[in-house]
Amino acid sequence: MQAFQTHRGIVATLDRANVDTDQIIPKQFLKSIKRTGFGESLFFDWRYGADGKANPDFELNDPKFAGASILVTRNNFGCGSSREHAVWAVAQYGFRAIIAPWQDRNGGRVPGFADIFRNNCVKNGILTIELSEPEVDTLFEQVERFKGVNATIDLDEQRVILHVDEEIAFHFDIDPVVKDHLIRGLDDIALTLEYANDITAFEKTHDTQLAETV
Amino acid sequence: MAGKTLFEKIWERHLVKTMADGTALLYIDRHLVHEVTSPQAFEGLRMAKRPVRRPDLSFATMDHNVPTTTADRMTIRDPISAAQVEALRNNCKAFGVNLYDLQSDHQGIVHIIGPEMGITVPGLTIVCGDSHTSTHGAFGTLAFGIGTSEVEHVLATQTLRQTRPKTFRVEFTGRLPHGVTSKDMILKLIGQIGTAGGTGYVIEYAGEAVRALSMEARMTICNMSIEGGARAGMIAPDDTTYEYIAAADRPFAPQGESFERARAYWQTLPSDADAVFDRELTIAADQIAPQVTWGTNPGMVVDVTDCVPHPQEVPGHSVRDVEQALTYMGLEPGTPMTEIKLDTVFIGSCTNARIEDLRKVAGIIKGRRKADHVRVIVVPGSQQVRKQAEAEGIDQIFEAVGAEWRHAGCSMCLGMNPDQLTPGERCASTSNRNFEGRQGKGGRTHLVSPEMAAAALLEGHFVDIRNWSP
Repeated sequence: MQAFQTHRGIVATLDRANVDTDQIIPKQFLKSIKRTGFGESLFFDWRYGADGKANPDFELNDPKFAGASILVTRNNFGCGSSREHAVWAVAQYGFRAIIAPWQDRNGGRVPGFADIFRNNCVKNGILTIELSEPEVDTLFEQVERFKGVNATIDLDEQRVILHVDEEIAFHFDIDPVVKDHLIRGLDDIALTLEYANDITAFEKTHDTQLAETV
Repeated sequence: MAGKTLFEKIWERHLVKTMADGTALLYIDRHLVHEVTSPQAFEGLRMAKRPVRRPDLSFATMDHNVPTTTADRMTIRDPISAAQVEALRNNCKAFGVNLYDLQSDHQGIVHIIGPEMGITVPGLTIVCGDSHTSTHGAFGTLAFGIGTSEVEHVLATQTLRQTRPKTFRVEFTGRLPHGVTSKDMILKLIGQIGTAGGTGYVIEYAGEAVRALSMEARMTICNMSIEGGARAGMIAPDDTTYEYIAAADRPFAPQGESFERARAYWQTLPSDADAVFDRELTIAADQIAPQVTWGTNPGMVVDVTDCVPHPQEVPGHSVRDVEQALTYMGLEPGTPMTEIKLDTVFIGSCTNARIEDLRKVAGIIKGRRKADHVRVIVVPGSQQVRKQAEAEGIDQIFEAVGAEWRHAGCSMCLGMNPDQLTPGERCASTSNRNFEGRQGKGGRTHLVSPEMAAAALLEGHFVDIRNWSP
């Protein structure tokens, strides 16, 4: 897995909430048995017109977002299907990080990303960052105001720094386990297999038919 | 000390180890596999020269790509789909995984065949590279969808690295009114909490209205937990559960003495009376009306007696998001839901294509004709469901009404096979997602219960099933 330490790149915005994985990568591209070749199909139905040409009304087709590697979007990004193809498409398009707002609803904190999508991101070295709604609003405003806005993401420091007239920096929280995995680019399966003896011992007393301990 | 929830009991029993970084290593009892999310995982195993640790606990079938017409089913014309199906066949053979191939009597949607064959029983941990794995929670299992990297992880280790989710108890009090179903219960909940409202939680559904539901109706609720953001939904097992499992033809369920021992264990699973949940919500089931979605996510839903909302009046959604949804759906605010004219009715999917669903629809449409302008497709959830329906003459009822009677698969729920909507085509669907393009590019989906779909296919538009007679 590609490690994530610091990254500087162009910021693109996608001003939509509840972007589901059917939009991120439509069904017809799930038939591939490979792990590559998905970048060109990212947001396919929005990105291309019926004639197969780039849809000029779609935000990411704006020339100022060419080469963008940081995506700023709205809440509940990646909801729906568990298809990891969605994350492969995001990564292969060139994004390294996605920023979405958490929300305060009914006194509870609603995460900015859907669970399975966020998990899939971690497995592919993509950093998902949650900021508050006002902070994300600020990112949208700044990206709107300037052309080719750059940001630096420092995972170790847990900071997003927006390089505009006066630098604007935001702190973000992250699960320390996820942070460690991303920074070190760890391979989960190899790590788990270090516990193979524990798994074998567990299997000796665990009856998977009844889920009953013998 | 407080008692334990159903979730906590299953979680603790499956905890292999808390690892050095604090993450839980959770043992997985059943791994369900389908053709779309598994090829890259098997390829990963090959490259690392790793075997499948427990092929005996892994069960595969092909469902997403499969054509549902008799003519096309066995020879898939789309070469890319065919290659994906063939890859599953080869991978299962190479790694020794149980496969229910197209010619098997047990082929079908993976979440339908699991319970049907007794692969799903209470207390288990079940995963699949598919978000609707939450379906199996209806049996009092911890069941959730995973991505392909995690599929590979389970194949290699029979475990998953997990952080512990929070618990959320949703109680449905009272009894459902006539004509209102478990589909309406879950749509009502999603409308209330939003499509991200359950993110980070495992939901336990409880209360009088839940206890009164059949197993199949319970599966519908748990199935759509993910549409409310929750990876898993669960319902405590009870006599309804045990009766379902004890039914004939569930070869993988414990039998005889083994069943009795298992039941004694299952009876210890329900949440203790003093168990503490991180969040609780109560919904009066007797106040729920039939639900119909109007927008492009399952939280965009109203009572059938309501109108298409104005962009300013949809809580939890920005005006812009609602405007985009209404434009996509081709709907004017203020239009009564009952005046929306339909082109297609799809009865199918892991949400509502079990035998009870088909029986209910058949009971409503028996001896009648569909509205002339409506195309009706009925796709049983499994070949077993198809066989059962045919034994009961239900297929005849569908054919007499003017519907197409198909073979099992995911079909038009996501349109990976040839069953798709065309741009602008409006569909009442018993499936689970009304996302843009989900059922076909430009297609317009309204999610409803099978009963509402049945009435709609006769009338050509939605009706309030509570006070409707054909």
